[in-house]
Amino acid sequence: MTATPRQGDPVISPALVAEHGLTPAEFDKLVAMLGRQPTFTELGIISALWSEHCSYKHSRAVLRTLPTEAPWVLQGPGENAGVISIGDGLAVAFKIESHNHPSAIEPYQGAATGVGGILRDVFTMGARPIAMLNSLRFGSLESPRVRYLVGGVVKGIGDYGNCIGVPTVAGDIMFDAAYDGNPLVNAMCVGILREEDLIRAKAEGVGNPVIAVGARTGRDGIHGASFASEDLSHDSDAKRPRVQVGDPFTEKLLLEATLEMIASGNVVAVQDMGAAGLTSSSAEMAERGDVGVVIDTLKVPVREQGMTPYEILLSESQERMLVVAHKGREEAVRAILAKWDLHAEVIGEVIAEPVYRVVEGDHVVAEFPGTRLVTDCPMYTPEAKEGAAVIALRARDVHAIPPKAEERDLAWTLTRLLSSPTIASKQWVYRQYDSTVRTSTVLGPGAADAAVLRIRGTTRGLAVKTDCNGRYVYLEPRVGGRIAVAEAARNVACTGARPRAITNCLNFGNPKKPDVFWQFKEAVGGMGEACVALDTPVTGGNVSLYNENPHGAIYPTPTIGMVGVLDDVAHATGMAFKAAGHPIVLLGEPTAELGASEYLSWIHGVVAGAPPACDLTRERALIDAIVEAIQGGYVNSAHDCSEGGIAVALSECCIADTLAPIGATVSLSPWDALPDRALFFGEAQGRIIATASDLPALLAVAAKHGVPAQVIGSTSPAASGLVITGAGRELRASLEELAYAYHGALERALSRAVSSELPVAEVTA
Amino acid sequence: MKVGIVQFPGSNCDEDAWFAVVDQLHEQAVMLWHKDHDLQGADVIVLPGGFSHGDYLRAGAIARFSPIMQQVAAHAERGGVVIGICNGFQIACEAQLLPGALLRNNVGYRSLSVTIRVERTDSPMTAAAPIGACLTMPIAHGEGRFTMSEAELDRLEGDGQVLFRYVNADGQPTPDANPNGSMRNIAGICNAGRNVVGLMPHPERAMEPLLGSSDGRVLFESLLVAANA
Repeated sequence: MTATPRQGDPVISPALVAEHGLTPAEFDKLVAMLGRQPTFTELGIISALWSEHCSYKHSRAVLRTLPTEAPWVLQGPGENAGVISIGDGLAVAFKIESHNHPSAIEPYQGAATGVGGILRDVFTMGARPIAMLNSLRFGSLESPRVRYLVGGVVKGIGDYGNCIGVPTVAGDIMFDAAYDGNPLVNAMCVGILREEDLIRAKAEGVGNPVIAVGARTGRDGIHGASFASEDLSHDSDAKRPRVQVGDPFTEKLLLEATLEMIASGNVVAVQDMGAAGLTSSSAEMAERGDVGVVIDTLKVPVREQGMTPYEILLSESQERMLVVAHKGREEAVRAILAKWDLHAEVIGEVIAEPVYRVVEGDHVVAEFPGTRLVTDCPMYTPEAKEGAAVIALRARDVHAIPPKAEERDLAWTLTRLLSSPTIASKQWVYRQYDSTVRTSTVLGPGAADAAVLRIRGTTRGLAVKTDCNGRYVYLEPRVGGRIAVAEAARNVACTGARPRAITNCLNFGNPKKPDVFWQFKEAVGGMGEACVALDTPVTGGNVSLYNENPHGAIYPTPTIGMVGVLDDVAHATGMAFKAAGHPIVLLGEPTAELGASEYLSWIHGVVAGAPPACDLTRERALIDAIVEAIQGGYVNSAHDCSEGGIAVALSECCIADTLAPIGATVSLSPWDALPDRALFFGEAQGRIIATASDLPALLAVAAKHGVPAQVIGSTSPAASGLVITGAGRELRASLEELAYAYHGALERALSRAVSSELPVAEVTA
Repeated sequence: MKVGIVQFPGSNCDEDAWFAVVDQLHEQAVMLWHKDHDLQGADVIVLPGGFSHGDYLRAGAIARFSPIMQQVAAHAERGGVVIGICNGFQIACEAQLLPGALLRNNVGYRSLSVTIRVERTDSPMTAAAPIGACLTMPIAHGEGRFTMSEAELDRLEGDGQVLFRYVNADGQPTPDANPNGSMRNIAGICNAGRNVVGLMPHPERAMEPLLGSSDGRVLFESLLVAANA
């Protein structure tokens, strides 16, 4: 059979091809593949499948360098979600994905549908979602538009997750002018399943029916995948109709029905109709199974009359899934869905002939030979070259920047840093998220370096966290990539969990620019090194390129979603000091490093210097030591030193528990020779502040792993406040002033007026 | 004691209620599908939290028309115990099993740990709790602002139907302790017959020290006391 145009199809012209985002060379490849001119429907299909979002055409070669294997990895990259075994026959499915472009123009629906999409990726593997995380990046809160975006994104995430009944337990948020026009909204979902219930999205069995499940297909979100594969501009606002609209209630029904359907054994494969909707879900399932498939668009349930095959194939209407069922079990599948008031229609079947065919009744409107429609996309290895401006920034001597007059009082600097939106408590955000539903949240948002969930029916726990300091990656991509993984691992380890695997969301600018592709290559290289060193393979993720606007690209931001396992969840450890009189131990050591710090950025408005070094051997030893010490029961609290350095980390330990703050008196005299600003606020890696319940045992574990450990002081009653001496300086602050700065800053910054208007500068640029 | 937990489409605290009853109290529980008509011999009916029917239109407004709600209403009329938690409280109000209404919070959706004070012990959910006990447990809702006319409220208070109030660390019902703008800091009430109870906080999420609080136990244990009385 061969496809022929429908009546009324536009003529395929170079302009139409360009409008579909295909280069002339890509179009030539398509023509060669077909042996003829494509139909309009075929052009639409290829435009979606060969978009950056679906094809990874600029990133695939680099991604192949990442480590993906370990004995506990049950499913690596290439599926809806990665899966690892956690023992007792149980497994965890997890994945992170971006919804940056839609959120930039319609923050509420953009973020909400991001949550919906990642949930579907997890429950289509047969896993019940047990936790959500979100990694967010916004521009400066001085902008009313940014404040509007923050409010909309947070409400969108909350409304969707809260309704579904999956707790949102952790994440990370940073603010920097580099994200002004391009917020990042990365949503992660974690689910649990029995190993034998794992199901893959692989079409199998000639004659098996292909079934569309869930919401009807409408005209929303057409070409969303292609839209996500271009830079944002003022015209983007006009693309608001390409943003989908979410319905969490239907998703909740779909979640329950899907898990019931998978458990019933009636289905072969399930896939979310996400980006590029029916097109990519059907093509990807067929490709994984190396089978042919035929879809009849007349059979697809639609919301409105007169939808063309082109529209039906490319719609990104939400809350839909594609299911391959066992032949003859269609009615059983329908019955399960009917219980949940959902519809199922057989829209096609798996066929022996190796083709991807779309018919509209009797009329073939698209037909591609072979089963490798997605990976047949042309691949690119763009030029990579570091930008000169960054080299200069990195080389700058940041110690030469004179302190401000106010910095004579270290408490001034500390409270300023604690009220930096990046460092400040995210309470304003997480109080909008249900974090306790499903009654498994042992350590929720704000309580620890990572969230901890108990695994019902076992003694085990799961620790989860997202991380990435884009400023580090910007100034030195390889080091920044390493740190993103190492910090996520350290955070998970500080709760007592052994870091096990990561998912990643690689947010970068336009890969066709040599400096951007350099960032990408180097950052992924650094991530890979860290994953090998820390034994945390990559199980999947997502790449989001073209995070640019006319003012430039975002900081390269390879967000890491880390999952770790606690052998005994009863040892789950938080960051807050527990009581007065506990010895405070610093694991790891301060350095003279000050580059790329929040201190420089927030106090001095300077983004420069090299990020702190990341010695992966030492990171591994530190992680091994803290996990062993916590699981041994020698530790009362643990918190890693990150943005804002040791002074901020100590403050957080003092005031994290708002109901029961604890003071601390600390001497950093062993490092008196270091520059004072680096000692107090530098962001040297590989450091954890722990309070000991058994000091000799904690020190012995540190020594065994070769980790420097020093008692630097002890906790004290709240009234004593926080006192830190070192490098000839003394910092003295009351816990009330620290708490005021830290807990209220975000709310104060966000209580100002918002505006959905684009700033004039962005409109005219 | 056999507890029947109603599952509406969109319920999401149904399993948590199940675990509270079965794993923590070691009592019997049965899930009741909203389209069914049979309470399966349950002594106590729990309307769990969640977003029944997506909370579209108004929280609880559609769930009250579910087939099983006829049996739940009949059970209540016979003096049977019905507990509405969060969305279940909203449903009970919409179904007029409880007086008053739960409006949108004055501050938007709120998820946090609150302290509530037990005001009365003559209800199936407070029978085992001392008067004045301050209990810590999570709230997570967007529509929990308890509202009725001042005159009705005076009558409600006079009849001892206010069971729980939001309080501060000192046990005082101050404006600061009120997380959603509820009139007179009301967190939970019962009907005139004292057999139907509704509350916005989640006692089923506060059953184990591992999860931060076991203050909800006494409320579930009260059900046992009431069932055996």
